[in-house]
Amino acid sequence: MSLLKITLNGETRETDAETLGELCASLGFSDMKIATALNGEFVPVGRRAETRLGQDDRIEIVAPRQGG
Amino acid sequence: MVEFYGESFTSRLILGSALYPSPEIFRQAAEASGAEIVTVSLRREGAREKTGQDFWRLVQSLDVRVLPNTAGCRTVKEAVTTAMMARELFDTPWVKLEVIANDDTLQPDLFGLVEAAATLTGEGFKVFPYTTEDLSAAEKLLAAGCEVLMPWASPIGSGQGLNNPTGLESLRAYFPKVPLVIDAGIGAPSHAAAAMEMGYDAVLLNTAVAKAEDPPKMASAFAQAIRAGREGFEAGLMPRRNMATPSTPVAGTPFFEFGDA
Repeated sequence: MSLLKITLNGETRETDAETLGELCASLGFSDMKIATALNGEFVPVGRRAETRLGQDDRIEIVAPRQGG
Repeated sequence: MVEFYGESFTSRLILGSALYPSPEIFRQAAEASGAEIVTVSLRREGAREKTGQDFWRLVQSLDVRVLPNTAGCRTVKEAVTTAMMARELFDTPWVKLEVIANDDTLQPDLFGLVEAAATLTGEGFKVFPYTTEDLSAAEKLLAAGCEVLMPWASPIGSGQGLNNPTGLESLRAYFPKVPLVIDAGIGAPSHAAAAMEMGYDAVLLNTAVAKAEDPPKMASAFAQAIRAGREGFEAGLMPRRNMATPSTPVAGTPFFEFGDA
């Protein structure tokens, strides 16, 4: 299986996940309160499983945080 | 009561959730403030720490409405995508829209703000734009579908209070029916009271409470100041005069003779 080079939350890494859903699961986020974006576009929770990852994709995984 | 997008609230204090010494002190401050709306944000979640999950449980325990922000966004695109992530994450169409122009002043990029607001209202968001007292920007935000405006008092976190009271009074006078919230720059309860006396509908603050020596006590002080300022506005302030006018009756003053002085 070939590894994809991706940028996850600003850090370059390799992954064998083929979809955004698989990536989230591999990081232990399956039941967590998170939201995702791929290459600057929001990806709703219902579309993570069908959203395929590609070489050099930029992925954001965010969660609630303190704010003013 | 104050109304935002058709929902009524008793408290006119909107509290930020950041910069407190501990989550427990934030919880105490939120309770002491009586705030029914608390601002929150979203940030990158680490796979190991998963710090956002604990914070979310704390917010849920407070029984408040959350107002997610787009803090730190510098472009329309970032702000719109962040708002969309926030809508799913917090399950609310409300968003405190920030498009930041400058790192030193954290002042809003009004051009980007108007553009992002139009996009988001078109997508069904209820936008609370962080803006300035600029009247033309206010008109464009309202035309873009915003039903609330949130002008700054002074730069975020500066505690300077109302830097342009005349401009803020003009904004209030131009838009008497629009809910107006002072957002940012409030440092002391007296600043909040002054904004409320002008007829502002609510005050959003964070640093002034979070960085106080005793945040819960300061939250209570702000709650009282905001109530006092609102009551003062509703009661109708007396007209200001340049010269003194005696409050004690002049007639009957002892030792008074016509022709004196």
